[in-house]
Parts: sequence; structure tokens; C-alpha cells
Amino acid sequence: MNVILEQIINGLTIGSFYALIALGYTMVYGVLKLINFAHGDFFTFGSYLGYTVLVYCAAFVTARFGIWGVLSVALVAAAISIALVGLIVERLAYRPVYKAGRLPAVVSALGASIFIQNAIMVIWGPRFQAYPSALIPSTNFTFGSVHISLLQILILALSFILMGALYYLVQRTTFGAAIRATAHDRKTAALMGININKVILFVFTLGPALGAMTGVLVGLYYRQISFTMGWNYGMKAFTASVLGGIGNIPGAMVGGLILGVLEMLGSAYISAAWKDVFVFIILILVLIFRPTGLLGEKTADKV
Amino acid sequence: MEQSLASDKKSWIKPQLIFIAVIIAGFVAYPFVVSDYFIDVAFYFGIYALLGLSLNIVLGEVGLFDLGHAGFYAVGAYTTAILNTKYGVPILVLIPVSAIVAALFAYILFSPVIHLQGDYLLIVTLGLGEIVRLALINNPFNLTGGPDGVFGIDFPRIGEFFVCDTSLKFYFLIWIIVALTIAALLCLQNSRIGRAWNYIREDEVAANAMGIDSRRYKLLAFVLGAAIAAVAGNVYACKLMVVSPESFTFMESCLMFCIVLIGGMGSIPGVLLGAAFISLFPEIFRPFANYRMLFFGLAMMLMMMFRPGGVWPRKRGAVGFKSLLDDTGRNDG
Repeated sequence: MNVILEQIINGLTIGSFYALIALGYTMVYGVLKLINFAHGDFFTFGSYLGYTVLVYCAAFVTARFGIWGVLSVALVAAAISIALVGLIVERLAYRPVYKAGRLPAVVSALGASIFIQNAIMVIWGPRFQAYPSALIPSTNFTFGSVHISLLQILILALSFILMGALYYLVQRTTFGAAIRATAHDRKTAALMGININKVILFVFTLGPALGAMTGVLVGLYYRQISFTMGWNYGMKAFTASVLGGIGNIPGAMVGGLILGVLEMLGSAYISAAWKDVFVFIILILVLIFRPTGLLGEKTADKV
Repeated sequence: MEQSLASDKKSWIKPQLIFIAVIIAGFVAYPFVVSDYFIDVAFYFGIYALLGLSLNIVLGEVGLFDLGHAGFYAVGAYTTAILNTKYGVPILVLIPVSAIVAALFAYILFSPVIHLQGDYLLIVTLGLGEIVRLALINNPFNLTGGPDGVFGIDFPRIGEFFVCDTSLKFYFLIWIIVALTIAALLCLQNSRIGRAWNYIREDEVAANAMGIDSRRYKLLAFVLGAAIAAVAGNVYACKLMVVSPESFTFMESCLMFCIVLIGGMGSIPGVLLGAAFISLFPEIFRPFANYRMLFFGLAMMLMMMFRPGGVWPRKRGAVGFKSLLDDTGRNDG
């Protein structure tokens, strides 16, 4: 029983990574009906920026603000820089091709993805990079007989705070209503006086920022990062957003968490080697039986 | 009147024929003037052309988004590799065999999901492609050799009389296959099937209303596309003599997708141009080493900005007024 609980907590940790990345996919898809293939690379880019901050500025910042200070600086620096990168990519790679239809946008997104990935390789080199060890005290908390590390608590707390804030913003504020309206029907939303460009800008700032912070968290959790890891995480996160209903923001959060838990339980109780296969089989089954995802609304024209 | 129309037609066809003849002559002469390295580059151009043609059936002709096409390529390559190394079946026999295996594979896997549309189909194909790759890595029944793959694949041969063992022979092997495929696809484009495919792409509801069984035609496109991709996999496997899962990644599917879109959906010359871009661009920029893929990504973005419809988009040969006149003229006479 305890093992199951521990696996579920591990699953939630990974799931919160997927959920945070999936939010970026689902917001962009909701507003533009575009699968932003570059999103996984925003995540990697953020992870590398966090790595640079932690390795090269650690001594300087730690002396003034302590260990939590340097972590916050890494997270915030990665988030802000990647938000800027997201805006630049939107302006240069996506905006010029919106009008041409969706398929050119897919190619442009793939091009942007290849570009960013190789830019990372050129800047940081093709080898794996390792986050500094023992940055966070490896304290273990024991509840009953279930062990949770401090890092896991930190990751879960931070991601739930971020998701909670986004949920509040999207579901409870006027601007959130504008985002939901745009995702629901862009033309009508524009007729109702919603500034679509503002929504697009918002989506391309917040999505990459969340992705970048996840990158730093993944670096802290696994300690090893590579310039190609964006594909893998991106694909899983994308699966998560489909699982929850693509375009649906709470759906992406739920989908990510469910995916993480399923993946962990699958690898613990069935087979670790086949865990990614389960992920995709679940994805395909969801699409066959409930194409709009777990939280998606029924739409007549899509499937 | 009739004569003038006939001569019109002749003068229209002639420059095209000359153009095609020049291109074929160029392809035949090319390997005799360049080094082995560039023959190999042209060989991979041929592989990508064949893959592009196969995806073009699904994506270009029918408009079905398929981002898992590398899965079929892998099925073809692995069928060839396993049957050749374990059971000694000759490679040339395995060309149709791997095509049939991949076609069956596509039929079985896509029957339950063929009703999905647009992005949903794209996600499913992406998932299926990944499942194939992950399954190959996990070495089911000790057949696929895990991450190392299968090695020791034979050359294509007819007894001792003909062995395809040099870059030059492989170059001709792949380009003859490409030429035959193009000829077949051109016939298909102008057939009842090709028209039905295009109709489904333009307006599926209307196509159904006109009595086209869109489900059957879509499955046919996938089956045919899978078979051609498997042939490419067969030639690739015996050229490299080894197959491993890392040749069939999501990236490979993306490149095929880009070949079709860069060239222009449904356009066969476009596919050739797209394949040339994908296979030659990294070679031309090889001196820039680390930066070449950077330029590659940039080029993809720029291309979509300036020519979103592809480099050589297909002009739909609608039944124009003139050709209608021509037909009635002939019937009257």
C-alpha cells in the first residue's frame, strides 16, 4: 500500500511537469488551432538558462539571498527570458503564416523547433549538462511510512500554486473570460470586442514562461538535461493536453497529472520498458472513444 | 478547326517532354561525373523522394494529416531485415513482401481510427509512429534486436549473376523504383481513385453525398502510402546493411511531412523538390557543421513565409472549357 502511495506521489511529481508544459500547448491550440511544436524546446531552453544561472551566478547570488534566493532567481530569469523568446517566435515565425492556413503554420512551427533546439546545441554544446548537486537539502519527510523528499514537496507546491493561479485567472477574471471566449470561437469573440492580439500575446508569454519554469524544475529533479529532451517531454505533455481535451485549460492540468500517475503505476506494476507505449495506447483509446478528451466539451464539427 | 486544336495540343506537350527527357538524361549522367560520396547523397535524395511520394498520397491527395509515417518505413525496413537475416529470404523477393506486410499493418491499425479528422488523426498517427519505434527498442520476441537493431542484411542479388553492391548500383536501384512509382502515381492521379481522393480532400461531406465511400478511399490511401514507404525501408535497410530504431524517429516523420508541404500538396514535381531540399540542404551546409541544422530550421520558416503553398503547387487539372470543346468536336466527327 505504501509503495502504491509513493508511486502515486512520484507520478504526481512527473504529472505536474507534464501539466505545466501541457498548459502551453493547450492555450496556444485553443486560441490559434496551432500545435506549437516549438513549445517543447522552450522548455529545454528554460532548463538550460536555469542551469546557467545556478552554475555561474550561484556564488554571487547565494551570498546575498541564500539558497532559496538563487532558486527563485533561476526560475524567474528563465521564465522572463523564455517569455520573450516566445513572443519573438510568435512574431517572426507564426504571425506571418497565420493567414496561409494551418499546414504552413505546422511546418513553420517544426522549423522553429529545429532552430531553437540547434541554437541550444550551439550555445551549450551537444553533451549532457548536469545541474549542481546538493543544491536542495535532501531531507526526506515520512508520513506514516510514506517517504517524500523535500524537492518533491517543493515541486508539487510550486506547480499547484502556478496552476491554481492560472485557473483563477482563466475561470474567474474578465480577461480569463476573454481567453475562453477566444478559444471557443475566435471570430465571434472578436466581434464582441475582445482584442484577439492581446490574447495571443498573453498566451505566447505565459505558455513559454510556464514551460521554462518546468524546465528548471525538471533539471533540479533529474539533474541531467540534454538539448533534445524537449521532444520527449513535449510529446508527453501534448498527449496530456489531448487527454484532458485540447484547448481546455483545466483539462490540461488534470490530463497531465493523470498521465504522470498512469505512467508511474504502469512502469512499477506492468513494465518499465513499455511505459511510453501505454501512454500512447491510452491516448489513442481516448481519441477513439472520447475524442474531445476527458474534460472537453462536445463539439459537432470537429470529429 | 479540328486540325488547329490538335496542333495546339502538340505544341503544348512538346516542351514538357523535352524538359522531362533532359531531367532523365541528367539523372543517368550524374553518377558518372561525381564522386561516390555524391552518388550516396543522391541515393538518400531518392529514398526521401520515395518517402515523400508515399506520404503525398495520404497528405497531399487526400489531405489526411499523418505524422507517424516513419512507422511504415520502419515496418518495411524491419520486415526486410528480419526475414533476410533469420530466414535468408532474398532482398528482391522481400520488396513486395515488406510492402504487403506494411499495407496489412496500416489496414489493421487504421481501420478503427480512420474516422478521426484533422488534428485528431494527426495525434493518433503520431502516437502509432511512436508505438512502433518504442516496440522496436523493446525487442519483442527477440526479433528486432532492441536499440542495436538488426545487422548483416544481404545485398539485393539475383543469384551470382547480378549483385547490387556499389553506390552506383544502389543509385540506379532507388531511382528506377522512384521512376516507376512516379509513373504509377501519375496514372492514379488522373484515375477515378485519384479524383475521389481529391474530392474527399476538398469537401468530404459533398464527396459522401455523391456516393464516394470516403472511409474506403481513405484507408486505401493509407495502405498504398504504407506499402510505398515500406519499399523505401527495404532499399534503405539493404543499403545500410543494418537497421536500428533511431532511423525511424518522430523527426523522420516530420521531415516527410515537410517534404510534402515544402513541395506543394499533391504535386509530384513538388515532392521531388521538397525531397531535394531535405536531403541536399544539410549536405550543402556541411562546412558550417554545428550551424547547418540551425539554417535548416530557419529555411523552413522562411519558405513557409514566402511560399506557403509550396514551391511547386499542383494546378488542379479541372475539366476546362477548351477540353470540353475538344471532346465534343471529336464525338461529332
